[in-house]
Amino acid sequence: MRALRRMAVAVPALVAAVVPAVAGQEDAAAAGRVVYDRWCAECHGETGQGDGSAAASMLPRPRDFTQALYQIRTTGSGQLPTDADIRFAIENGLPGTTMPGWPNLTDREIDDVIVYLKSFSRFFGQGPAPEPLDFGSDPGGGPAAIEAGAAAYLTMLCEECHGLSGRGDGTSAPTLEDWRGLPIRAADLTEAWVLNGGSSVEDMHTRMLTGLDGTPMPSAIDAMNSGVVSPDEVWQLSHYLASMGPREMPPLREVIRVGRAEDGLPADGAEEAWAGVEAFYFPMSGQVVQVPRNFAPTVDGLWVQGLHDGSDIALRVQWNDPSNSPDPNWDEWQGKITAALDLDGAAPIALDSAGAPAARPPDAVLLQFPFELPEGTDRPYFLMGDTREPVYLWTWDSESGVGAGRGRGLGSVEPLEDPVTGAATWEEGRWTLYVRRPIEVEGDGLDFAEGTPAPIAFQAWDGSSAEAGTRSSVSTWYYILLEPPASSTVVVTPLLAMLLTGAFGLVLVRRAQDRRRD
Amino acid sequence: MRSHFWNRSAALLAVTAMAACGGGDGGSSEAADEAGEAAPAAAQVDPSTVGTISGMANFGGMVPEMAAIDMSAEEECAAGYGPDGPTAQNVLVSDGGGLANVFVYLSEGVSAAPAVSGAATLDQVNCRYTPHVLGVQSGQDIEISNSDNLLHNINATPTENRGFNISQPRAGITSTQRFQVAEVMVPVRCDVHGWMQAYIGVVDHPYFAVTDANGSYSIANVPAGDYTLTAWHEEFGTMTESVTVTAGGTAEASFEYSAEMTGADVPMGDALVLEHGTNRIRVERIQ
Repeated sequence: MRALRRMAVAVPALVAAVVPAVAGQEDAAAAGRVVYDRWCAECHGETGQGDGSAAASMLPRPRDFTQALYQIRTTGSGQLPTDADIRFAIENGLPGTTMPGWPNLTDREIDDVIVYLKSFSRFFGQGPAPEPLDFGSDPGGGPAAIEAGAAAYLTMLCEECHGLSGRGDGTSAPTLEDWRGLPIRAADLTEAWVLNGGSSVEDMHTRMLTGLDGTPMPSAIDAMNSGVVSPDEVWQLSHYLASMGPREMPPLREVIRVGRAEDGLPADGAEEAWAGVEAFYFPMSGQVVQVPRNFAPTVDGLWVQGLHDGSDIALRVQWNDPSNSPDPNWDEWQGKITAALDLDGAAPIALDSAGAPAARPPDAVLLQFPFELPEGTDRPYFLMGDTREPVYLWTWDSESGVGAGRGRGLGSVEPLEDPVTGAATWEEGRWTLYVRRPIEVEGDGLDFAEGTPAPIAFQAWDGSSAEAGTRSSVSTWYYILLEPPASSTVVVTPLLAMLLTGAFGLVLVRRAQDRRRD
Repeated sequence: MRSHFWNRSAALLAVTAMAACGGGDGGSSEAADEAGEAAPAAAQVDPSTVGTISGMANFGGMVPEMAAIDMSAEEECAAGYGPDGPTAQNVLVSDGGGLANVFVYLSEGVSAAPAVSGAATLDQVNCRYTPHVLGVQSGQDIEISNSDNLLHNINATPTENRGFNISQPRAGITSTQRFQVAEVMVPVRCDVHGWMQAYIGVVDHPYFAVTDANGSYSIANVPAGDYTLTAWHEEFGTMTESVTVTAGGTAEASFEYSAEMTGADVPMGDALVLEHGTNRIRVERIQ
C-alpha cells in the first residue's frame, strides 16, 4: 500500500519532469526550423539532404544532415558530434568551404537550430550522448618540437595527400573523393585561414585524432595507439602543421610598393634577392558575374613582389595550385569537376573513351592595367574592361608563356606587340611567375611613372579543374607604385627641414632677446 | 565514376533496421546497439536440427577483361605481382566458370540468430584488400590490419551504420571496428590508393558466406526450414533462390550469373528491414 502511494507521488513527478523536457525539445525544434528555413535551407535543402537550390554550384557540397556525417568534431571517427561541435561550426563557419559563420544568430537560435539539425537524422538519440576523445595535453612547442613534428609528418605519410610542402599536391590528391564520390581537395596546410575547423595547434591536433568524417582525412588514433607515433609526437606534428604558413590571412594592403633595386633587378623568379622584397597578398574569388561562373575556384589568393631599377620593372607573382596543368594525372579530376559543378549550361569538357578530356586547359594568370595612368579614381571595368575602355594585359599561361594583350571584356584578349618578357616555374604546388618590362614603352602599353600609383588587378585559372574562359578567379582593382629613388628626397628633405627650423628658432630667440634689450 | 556511388546517394534508406530475426526474440540489432558490442539475441540452435546450404556462383558468357592497376606509385606493392601486374578484382571467374566474391546470405526465413564466434578479419596486402568481399554479423568485431609497410586509410561509408575512416601508416597496426545493424553492402575504400575497394556485407545472423576462387560456398549449421537465399555481386547485382534445409541434409542452391547482367543496379547500403512476425525482409528506400 505504501509502495503504491509512493508510486502515486512518484509517477506524476516523473511525468512532470519528462514531459516538459520533451515538449521543450519539440518547441526548440519548431523554433530551430524557423531559423533553418530562413538561413540554412537554401544550401542544405528543406529536408536537410544538402541539396538546396544553391548546392549544385558548390564544392564541397553542403552537408547532408540525414547522414549525420560531421567533419568538425571532438569525437572519434564515425561518431556523432557533440552539440558543442555543431555550435562551433555554426559560429565559426567552415573556412575553405562556402559555409560562413553566423554571428547574426543568437545563442538561443543556435541551440534551437542544433535541435532541428539533429532531427534530420535517425542516428541522433539512438544511444548515449557522444563523448569527446581524451586529447591529452600539449607538451609545448618551439623549434625542437617543430623539427620533431616535421619528422612525424613524414612518419605518418601526410605528404601522400598534402604534399611535402603541405600545399595539397600529394601523389593521391588528384583521386580524392568525398563520401558522395565528388572530388575533394587535400587541404593546403600553408593557408591556415582556409583550414576547415580552425588552425590553432589544438585544432590541428583534434582534426588528426578525430579525422574529418565524410572526407578522405582519416583518424590517426590507431596509428598513435599502436606506437607508430607517440602522443607527444602527434602534438609536435600539430606544432609543425601550425608553422607551415602564416597563421592568419595577411592584412589586405591596397598598394604594391615596388622598391628601387640598388644592385640591379633579379633575372628570374628564383633569385635569392626576392627573399628580401616585401610581398603583398591579394585574395581572389570565383568569377560569378558572367556565366559560366566559378563558385569553387582553385586559386584563392596570390602574392606579389616588385622591384624596379629606374628603367625596368620586374614582378614576381606566386600562387598555390596543386596541379601543374596540363597534367594527365589530373584528367580524372577534371572530368569529375566538370560533372560535379553546375557550369551554367556550358558544355562540359568531353572525355574520350580512355577517360581523357578533349581539352586540357593550361594554368594561367593575367595582370591587368589601364592603358593610361588614370586621373582621379576612374578605372576600367574590373572584369577585363569593356569596348569603351579596354584594359592592358600581361598574360601568362603554362603552354604559351608570357605575352601582352588588349582586353575588351571578360574572356576577350587581343594580342599586343609589347616588350614584356618572363617565365614561370611550378614546384610542390606553387607557381612562381617572373615578368619584366621597361617602365616606359614605345607601343600602346601603359607607361608607369615613379611616384604615381597605377591600377592593377589579377585573374587566375587552374586548367586541371576545368577552369577556362569566364570560369576563373578574379581580384578587384588595387594599385602598384614605383617608389622614386630614396636618395635626394628621403635624406635631404628632413635635413633641410631641420636646418630651416633651427635657423627660424635662432631668429626668433635673437629677436626676443633684442626686444628685451630694447 | 562507379555508378553505385550515385545509386547509393540517391537511395536514401528508411528507418532503423527494426527487430530482427522474428520468433519473438526481439530486436537483435537494438540489443546490439544497447550493448555496444556483438550481442545479437543468442538463440539456442539444436545441433540435431541443422543442415547445410552449399552451391556455386557460376558465370556464363564472355568474361570481361579486368583493368590493369597502375601501382607504379607504390613500388613495394607492385613488386608483389607477376609480370602482368595487378588487375582489378571486380569480376573474378575461375577456369571452371565459377564466380568469386559473391556474398551469399539468408534474406528470408531466419528465426533464430546465434552470435557468430570470433572476429572477422580484413587485411591490406600489396595494396589490395584481402578478402575483397567480407561477410560479418551485426555487432561482430572486424579486425582490420595492414600488411603493407606504407600508408593506407580504411574509409568505410555505410548509410545504415556509422562509418569510420582510420589511417594505418605502417604494417602491423590493427583497428577493430563493428557495424551494429544489417546492411548489404558497406563499401570500403582507401583514399591514398584509389583502386583499393572492398565490400562488407552485414547481416543479423551467422548464415552467410562468400564464394571462393572456384565460385563455391557453403553455409553450415542452418536450422531446418524454408529460406530465401540472396546472392550479391558488385557488378551483376543480386539474385535470389528458395531453399529448404533439412536436418542433417545439404541443400544445393546455385546462382547463374552472365555477362548480360553487366550494369545491373547493384544495391549498396540497403537497409534490410526484417518485419516482425513475418520473417520477411523488405528493402526500404525513401525515394
